[in-house]
Amino acid sequence: MQTARVLQEKTLQANAEQFLTFRLDGQEYGIAILKVQEIKGWDKMTPIPNSPPYVKGVLNLRGVIVPVFDLRLRFGLPEAVRDAFTVIIVVNIGGRLAGIVVDAVSDVINIGAEQQCAAPEYEGQQNREFIMGLAQVDGKLLILLDIDRMVNPEALDKTETAAPVAAAL
Amino acid sequence: MAIDMRQFHQTFFEESFEGLTVMEAELLRLERTACAGGQDTVSADPEILNTIFRSAHSIKGGSSTFGFGDVAAFAHVLESRLDALRDGRSLPDRRVVGLLLLAVDCLRSLIIAAKTGKDADKNAIEAVRLQLENLGIESGVLPVTGKTSTQPEASTTTHWRILFRPNPRMFCTGNDPLRILRELAGLGKLKTTADVSGLPSWEQLNPEECYLSWNVELVGSVAREAIADVFSWVLDDCRLDITSKTMPVPTLSQRSVAEAVASIDAHTDTLRVSVPKVDALINTVGELVITQTMLSQLTANFTFDNLSKLFAGLEQLERNTRELQESVMRIRMLPLSFAFNRLPRLVHDMSQKLEKKVELIISGEQTEIDKTVIDRLIDPLLHLVRNSLDHGIEPPAERVAAGKSQTGTIELKAYQKSGNVIIEIRDDGRGLRHDRIFAKAVEQGLIPADAKLSPDEISELIFHPGFSTAVTVSDISGRGVGMDVVRSNIHSLGGNVEIASQAGQGACFIVRLPLTLAILDGLSLQVGTHIYILPLVSIVESVRIVPDQVSRPAGGGELYGLRKEYLPLLRLSDLFHVVPRSTDLTQGLLVIVEADGKKAGLYVDDLLGQQQVVIKNLETHYRKVDGISAATILGDGTVAMILDVTGLIRMAHAGATRPTPALHGHIQDAGRHTGTMAPTIN
Repeated sequence: MQTARVLQEKTLQANAEQFLTFRLDGQEYGIAILKVQEIKGWDKMTPIPNSPPYVKGVLNLRGVIVPVFDLRLRFGLPEAVRDAFTVIIVVNIGGRLAGIVVDAVSDVINIGAEQQCAAPEYEGQQNREFIMGLAQVDGKLLILLDIDRMVNPEALDKTETAAPVAAAL
Repeated sequence: MAIDMRQFHQTFFEESFEGLTVMEAELLRLERTACAGGQDTVSADPEILNTIFRSAHSIKGGSSTFGFGDVAAFAHVLESRLDALRDGRSLPDRRVVGLLLLAVDCLRSLIIAAKTGKDADKNAIEAVRLQLENLGIESGVLPVTGKTSTQPEASTTTHWRILFRPNPRMFCTGNDPLRILRELAGLGKLKTTADVSGLPSWEQLNPEECYLSWNVELVGSVAREAIADVFSWVLDDCRLDITSKTMPVPTLSQRSVAEAVASIDAHTDTLRVSVPKVDALINTVGELVITQTMLSQLTANFTFDNLSKLFAGLEQLERNTRELQESVMRIRMLPLSFAFNRLPRLVHDMSQKLEKKVELIISGEQTEIDKTVIDRLIDPLLHLVRNSLDHGIEPPAERVAAGKSQTGTIELKAYQKSGNVIIEIRDDGRGLRHDRIFAKAVEQGLIPADAKLSPDEISELIFHPGFSTAVTVSDISGRGVGMDVVRSNIHSLGGNVEIASQAGQGACFIVRLPLTLAILDGLSLQVGTHIYILPLVSIVESVRIVPDQVSRPAGGGELYGLRKEYLPLLRLSDLFHVVPRSTDLTQGLLVIVEADGKKAGLYVDDLLGQQQVVIKNLETHYRKVDGISAATILGDGTVAMILDVTGLIRMAHAGATRPTPALHGHIQDAGRHTGTMAPTIN
């Protein structure tokens, strides 16, 4: 029994990656779960002067100052009204912490390599650099994001004018 | 019961390094007194010698106790030399002191090797050891007239290396290698190693054959013929190589010092604290405990009659906390002498190498500064002094020609001034040569040839990465890696460095550093709904605005006339694009701030109060933000930004010609801040 389960898990690990999925303006997105440190509720933030609109500000995460990015604004989507589901996903990218605001977290799912495919190129797509790939889950489209690029503070200026993404999708 | 000796090793190493520092300082003092007294009448101050001797002796004792044989052996040789000096058997002239300094370096690298488990540079150490021993023989041979100091060439050390490989049949001719070796020992100091690689296995051994060969090192004033004579009987029966070996002396000094300094710096993870500081800490904790007990008793059966007592208690608690914080911070404070101690040696070695005469004057080394700052200050400081020596101070002949005394001066001064520690490195050399700096900068393509620069701007050029005017590249300077690193290191400590130079008169580098890195005295202020912290050190005063004094010259911007002085009026709300409580200047306050010698008036809605804040780096997880130096966490857990006055003034300067954007929300006008990331930000 035990061995069988371990074996099963091993095959899963070999073929599949785990993704945390969340919702943003009706569309499901996923990020690699190994990048996620924690999920916390909405908290008061201190704005950073002269920062792009999608930088919501900084947060006191147990004594550590962490910048928070609003993914809706990052993608040029309309800003949402905060509700009970609005959460901040704290990601850890090579020791650098960042928070991202999303409408709601949905699930943790395994996605095998064979389920993933590259995003097609199409007219008017400006946020393509953030998209790692697409996946079909239960007949619905899941957009897998490259979170490293999205919260890299060095690249903020370059991609300041984020274009609508989901509108095109 | 076996005691694990390793637990004491750390202490031994620390004490040894301290001992070495003492030895170094005293040796330099010895040299100075010897030189000052004239070379024929040198008699060393016995107290200095005793101090050096004691240090060497404790290192020897300690190292043999803890099983560091190499260190002990070397320390022993050094100790015997010192003993000879103490007895007056030899005299401490320049050369001897130089050698002893080298020996201190060797001892240091041996101790570092013992500490890190890595190998020391055996050859270099061996060379110094032989020289030390040889010195003994020499001073025995030479009459003690003090002439050694004036003619060091006369005593060139002779060091022979002899390879002696007898034929297997040597015993048959009645010759005995042992006898030959014994005879050699009579000529000088002998070090023999037998090569046993030719030995056959026990069964095949023929006792009448000689299988061994010897490598012999002989030190002493011996002529080649004298050595050949010893072997004259066996010349046909052996292979003999006699080679003289010259001393690899001069290569050691600079490099090993740098190495030794570097390797010590890397591992200063313990802190020595004076007992009074710890006592103060214990006292404060005692008071804190008493206050806490008092408060818990008070609240256990609390009635409203006791309200005033409760408040008094809380006040006391606050005072105790603050005291505790201060005492803890004081533990981290070390006198600057920890950094300054390295410099006399550097100046000594370098001035000899460059053939310049330099006197180093150090004052204010008791000024205390945070340990982290000291650790990271040493490199920039070494570099600045090195720079003054190499580029500033002229060779003696040039100095005389310029009407100055032969000996140049480098003055190192440290003092505290309004929350900062200032270190001045002043030399009386030739000063910065603006024409050469300018030409070089043009040549290196840093500036266009027709650029019009003020003298200050030209001086600034030396901080540009890759800039160097040194004609020749030496191991001292001229690699172009330098002043820019110095500046960036000092910037990373939250300080800055300035130059004041006068051609022909000398240059002065002024390094300004914060007392501590972790805590800042600040004033919290409000603009709209936002709270910012302004460092107290940059505040001059705050005033209520008299509307008549505000003028708006054409071209934008506002000026405020304060006591015959016109200051730029910066509205923080405009700089940060936040909504102020009121745009009417009479409603808020003007805080007069000063940074880098520039003054400005910062218009804010309100001042909230003075408080100490813990500095949290914003760049760890985000990036540098213009006008913000760091962040902090307020009492209620929210984050507040700490203002960077230099940055604010620069922002105002850069944005002066632009129209004020419409104020809506706090973070609009996204395009505006692009391109304002200045490369050098304090």
